[in-house]
Amino acid sequence: MHMMYTEKVMDHFTHPRNLGEIPDADGVGEVGNAKCGDVMKIFLKIEDGTIRDAKFKTFGCGAAVATSSMATELIKGRPIEDALKLTNKAVIEALGELPPVKVHCSVLAEQAVKAALADYYRRQGVDPEPIVGKLEEDCHACSAGACEA
Amino acid sequence: MNRIIYADNAATTPVLPEVLQAMTPFYCESYGNPSSIFYSVGADARRALDEARRSMADSLGCLPEEVYFTSCGTEADNWALKGAARRMARQGKKHLITSSIEHHAVLHSMKALEREGFEVTYLPVDGQGFVRPRDLEDALRPDTGLVSIMFANNEIGTIEPVEQLCAIAHSHGAWFHTDAVQAVGAVPVRFGQMGFDLLSLSAHKFNGPKGVGALLVRKGVLPDVFLDGGGQERGRRAGTENLAGIAGMAKALELAVTGMEEKSRRLAALRDTVQRHVQAMEQVKVNGPEDPAFRLPGTLNVSFAGAESESILLFLDMAGICASSGSACASGSLDPSHVLLAIGLSHALANCSLRLSFGVQNTPEDAQAICRALDSAVAEVRRRSAIW
Repeated sequence: MHMMYTEKVMDHFTHPRNLGEIPDADGVGEVGNAKCGDVMKIFLKIEDGTIRDAKFKTFGCGAAVATSSMATELIKGRPIEDALKLTNKAVIEALGELPPVKVHCSVLAEQAVKAALADYYRRQGVDPEPIVGKLEEDCHACSAGACEA
Repeated sequence: MNRIIYADNAATTPVLPEVLQAMTPFYCESYGNPSSIFYSVGADARRALDEARRSMADSLGCLPEEVYFTSCGTEADNWALKGAARRMARQGKKHLITSSIEHHAVLHSMKALEREGFEVTYLPVDGQGFVRPRDLEDALRPDTGLVSIMFANNEIGTIEPVEQLCAIAHSHGAWFHTDAVQAVGAVPVRFGQMGFDLLSLSAHKFNGPKGVGALLVRKGVLPDVFLDGGGQERGRRAGTENLAGIAGMAKALELAVTGMEEKSRRLAALRDTVQRHVQAMEQVKVNGPEDPAFRLPGTLNVSFAGAESESILLFLDMAGICASSGSACASGSLDPSHVLLAIGLSHALANCSLRLSFGVQNTPEDAQAICRALDSAVAEVRRRSAIW
């Protein structure tokens, strides 16, 4: 058995929650790039200000899959306001812990949720920036120290 | 729990029982210091050391006095490069040449030498990982002191044209070192005949113990002393010898050399079984030389587009299969393998690469189990993938 991840992380890797796509999603966010080794795509179904459904597709390592899985779990069924407050720290805490080199995956998961929410606001004709904040185009994990939690 | 199928023999190999047997006398019985030859327990140790050196020389086609024992392959590389570079610098030669796909023991030693003021040229490789002799010709200068090109690559198994490259280096008055850590015990290596000045090897890559290696140094070639001390290894690498390790290395090499042809055939058959299987899968690229004659017999490096390698490794681990990823991601760096990038893979594809390396303990059933596990692992990882 490897010694990369905790049992909780492996549980989410082996049995990812909310894997898949939502064809008629109200917001879709994609972050990361294959060059860095991680691409996360999050789909949201939003009704009456509540996230009715969340799904994900992730290209990446074990931590990338586990953090996407956990992020969707944390926001599903919650009001948009809660989802906007999701932090990478909250994702790590929910998973127990992540190896330091994998912290950037939790940052990506947070950004993927924000990107999906921004897309939702754009589709509503609302400028997302004052609500969601400015979104990074890429994860900057490759430049050292960018993702220190 | 599944039986473990170890398919990471390029990382390290299990010690064979005969090898362990050759080592044990030197822990509790013949524990003498080979330098203390005035009593029998020391003299026995010295005789065993001399015998191991002779045996290594026989296996490698060199003189016993050309064998210098070290603590590992990395030490041998460090000594060869730093010792030779500093020696040649005193003749005004401060230019070094290596390839861009060397092991980090070589690349990082070169970086250290650059900080000392040496100039280093890193030769590119072609799409199969070969250094082009023409590129070496073009890079050589009157002030080139040393050329270091690996015998065989650890990630993709490319066997370099080292004899030809060595001759080219010599024709320009430079010494030639080869990091043969992956080659020794796997393919024929004849030090004297092939003309090398320096060659590094490591015991644990050919079913010997960890913590022991050797640097072969052609008679007349004198890299600077690496460890000052009590005069061991003809005063060039001091320190009480790791006799159990050395005896184990000599035995392991003897076994590897006598059984090489049969072992090569067996490993190549395992590799080819898995290779044929993955080549029938969708969007797969086998990395390294197309001609299997120029690839290490047990090595298979393959990229599965859209399926990130760490995820595949985790699923293989659940099936009891030990493999290695083409990227160094799991070991702490987020940058993909410098070797895969050097042969022209995109970052994205390099992140989807897996190395399987077979060894003496693997069976045809192992190869079948690996094929089945790859089928389900790659399918599952792609099912989750945002780019598939």
